[in-house]
Amino acid sequence: MAAADIKAPPLRADPGAPQALLPGAMAASKPYVANDKMQQALGFPGELVDGWQEKAIGRMGELLDKYRSLKVYMDACVHCGACADKCHYFIGTQDPLNMPVARQDLMRSVYRRYFTLPGKFFPGLVGARDLTKEVLDQWYNYYNQCSECRRCSVFCPYGIDTAEVTMAAKEIMDVVGLGQKYSNEIIGKVHRIGNNLGLPGPALADTLEGLAEDVKEETGEDVRFPLDEKGAEVLLVTPSADFFAEPHVDSLIGYAKVFHAAGIRWTLSSHASEAGNFGLFIGNYDQLQKIALRIREAALELGVKRIVVGECGHAWRVAYSYWNTLTGIGAGGDDPFARMLQQQLDSRYRQPTHVCELTWDLIERGALKFDKDANDHRVVTFHDSCNVARASRMGDAPGGQFEIPRAIIRAVANKYVEMPRGTTREQTFCCGGGGGLLTDELLDLRVKGALPRMEALSQVANAHGVNFMATICAICKAQFTKVLPYYGFKMGMVGGVHQLVSTAIRLGDQH
Amino acid sequence: MASGLRTGRMHPLPACGESAGWGAAPMTPATIVFALLFYAAFLVLVLGTGYRVWTYSRTPAPLKIPTTPAPTSRGGVALRLAREVLLFESLFKAGLWLWLAGWLFHAGLALVLARHLRYFTEPVWGWVAFLQPFGIYAGFAMAAGLAGLWVRRMFVARVRFISTPSDHLMLALLLAIALSGLAMKFVAHTDVVAVKAFFLGLMYFDWQPLPADPVLYAHLALVALLMLVFPVSKLLHAPGIFFSPSRNQVDDPREHRHLAPWAARLDPRKN
Repeated sequence: MAAADIKAPPLRADPGAPQALLPGAMAASKPYVANDKMQQALGFPGELVDGWQEKAIGRMGELLDKYRSLKVYMDACVHCGACADKCHYFIGTQDPLNMPVARQDLMRSVYRRYFTLPGKFFPGLVGARDLTKEVLDQWYNYYNQCSECRRCSVFCPYGIDTAEVTMAAKEIMDVVGLGQKYSNEIIGKVHRIGNNLGLPGPALADTLEGLAEDVKEETGEDVRFPLDEKGAEVLLVTPSADFFAEPHVDSLIGYAKVFHAAGIRWTLSSHASEAGNFGLFIGNYDQLQKIALRIREAALELGVKRIVVGECGHAWRVAYSYWNTLTGIGAGGDDPFARMLQQQLDSRYRQPTHVCELTWDLIERGALKFDKDANDHRVVTFHDSCNVARASRMGDAPGGQFEIPRAIIRAVANKYVEMPRGTTREQTFCCGGGGGLLTDELLDLRVKGALPRMEALSQVANAHGVNFMATICAICKAQFTKVLPYYGFKMGMVGGVHQLVSTAIRLGDQH
Repeated sequence: MASGLRTGRMHPLPACGESAGWGAAPMTPATIVFALLFYAAFLVLVLGTGYRVWTYSRTPAPLKIPTTPAPTSRGGVALRLAREVLLFESLFKAGLWLWLAGWLFHAGLALVLARHLRYFTEPVWGWVAFLQPFGIYAGFAMAAGLAGLWVRRMFVARVRFISTPSDHLMLALLLAIALSGLAMKFVAHTDVVAVKAFFLGLMYFDWQPLPADPVLYAHLALVALLMLVFPVSKLLHAPGIFFSPSRNQVDDPREHRHLAPWAARLDPRKN
């Protein structure tokens, strides 16, 4: 679809009302396929292999035996449709295959055909079908219309998580040679250069120097942006977009100011210059682990005591939920691999820590001072990013991932408004750009997928004058920057929580 | 219902004389067919479902993926699962009407099943006897819930879109079981004493004749069909929920290193 033709769907007068189905509306939506170099760099076939059907079914069988989630989710769905109208892509596109249950059925129909008795003998009865080339192409188009946000799993009586199915589908497609360019190219960059954006070490050092100069000019303070400094207390791992994208870089400046004000010695790492982990999006355990191991390597190399993760949604999911499993970063591991790192890291702190946990902890202890009126030109709301909301935690109690960022906002700004119930916290609507879909050839999908969040934002913008939507995810920031104008909002309306912190924090009187 | 409740004897012989006595009536072909049918159905149900449950339990969940916010302790997980199974907590968030129809059906089913224990136990357990009167309302709730779910499946576009023939057939099957059961209660009584004798006879390998009642035959045949398809159907959601990682995992990945056997076996240098 030509960029000029892309328009935002109209905001719905009654978001609660059932929507008409538009079958095939997004049948042509398709991200670029990875070329053979990109595929081979990840150990996948360069193009669709001969005998792909058998190979795909074989891989499905392996995944069914390795992942209880996939096995149970294939069997447990009763087609109740509780999830059907909960997905932002269905809401925005009205394509029935974007209903989570229907998206799962693209695989479930194949699962039933090859792995169940009724599917083998009475396929028509149970909606079973062969894995033909048409079906594979349908998988490619529609599994790349799922941002793996897990919203559906909140409403399913059995917690069926379509994201797990999407990840499995992408893995199956990758191993037969059908990979997505955007995600696979990025993973290649991490291995070759160290981060998603392909920013090499020297360029990174340069960028950080520039930032230090900017902050010195702005504040008169020598706020440092250290790189590869051995013996620092904190290793900050942040999304590479934080190094130069707008508004991300304002959050990086915010983190640096917080460390400066609190007197914490910190460092970035050129080896672990990426918090993001697209191995998650393509459902490949090997890539997930390889990318995560860079953080462990950097931590051991630099001898740090704490590992802190910056404002990135899926990175925090991987860090919080998976790093302990994948890399031994965390407590309670009883094997040499895990213990080695535990001995080095400071066990008084949760490892890893989210930068919001760190900042809030400092605020609670009175270590940071703010001029809240510096943010008075902003009426702030908070967008819960899906991976943070539904796949992680902050602090001690469940739900800390909702409370802590909001607490920080209220500590640094006077005007905060919550978006309507059912659109935030565990039911938050995905920004529409996650899961490996943040690419230009999917812009039509992204604009449509943002609809429910834009509706919620409109309500508070109209009723309360909200002009700033804070979020702690690099993909959300990039997605909203692009998509907000389609809905009549200014792209500068989105920013990070630590951007607000940066605006209000008092630096001078710390010394 | 008469003698089945009062007698303290273990022998399935009923106290009243009018029902089939010991060896007094011939073993009908229907009795033999249903006896074999229920043995088969029972084996398929128990072994088949047992096998599926065994495969679920043996399949690892290598990553921590509870849908957060999630409990941080095992007790919390037990409570979460209890709320799901007893109150259908997640379904309630999804929509009131769907929750009402689904919950009504399942609550009705639970009570009806509990009440039916009287046909398989001698003497009848106290709490089962207590549930007797509620079982009647449960039967109607079950049918009403099923009817509501089926109407929804037929008339709500997005649900119709995702429905396979087996989805409709399953509702039809359950509704037919409920209606035939209610019919035997309210429209055409069947000799429940003999029915109980029949089932106890199956359990103790001392077959008793089954009353020649078409509604009873239909009810029992449909129940046997349900038992036969259970392990290869979406009814596996019943054991499945207990194995769903998004609901049964404790949210403590930073506190405890969660490692599946196959993940631990990956590159020894790494693990």
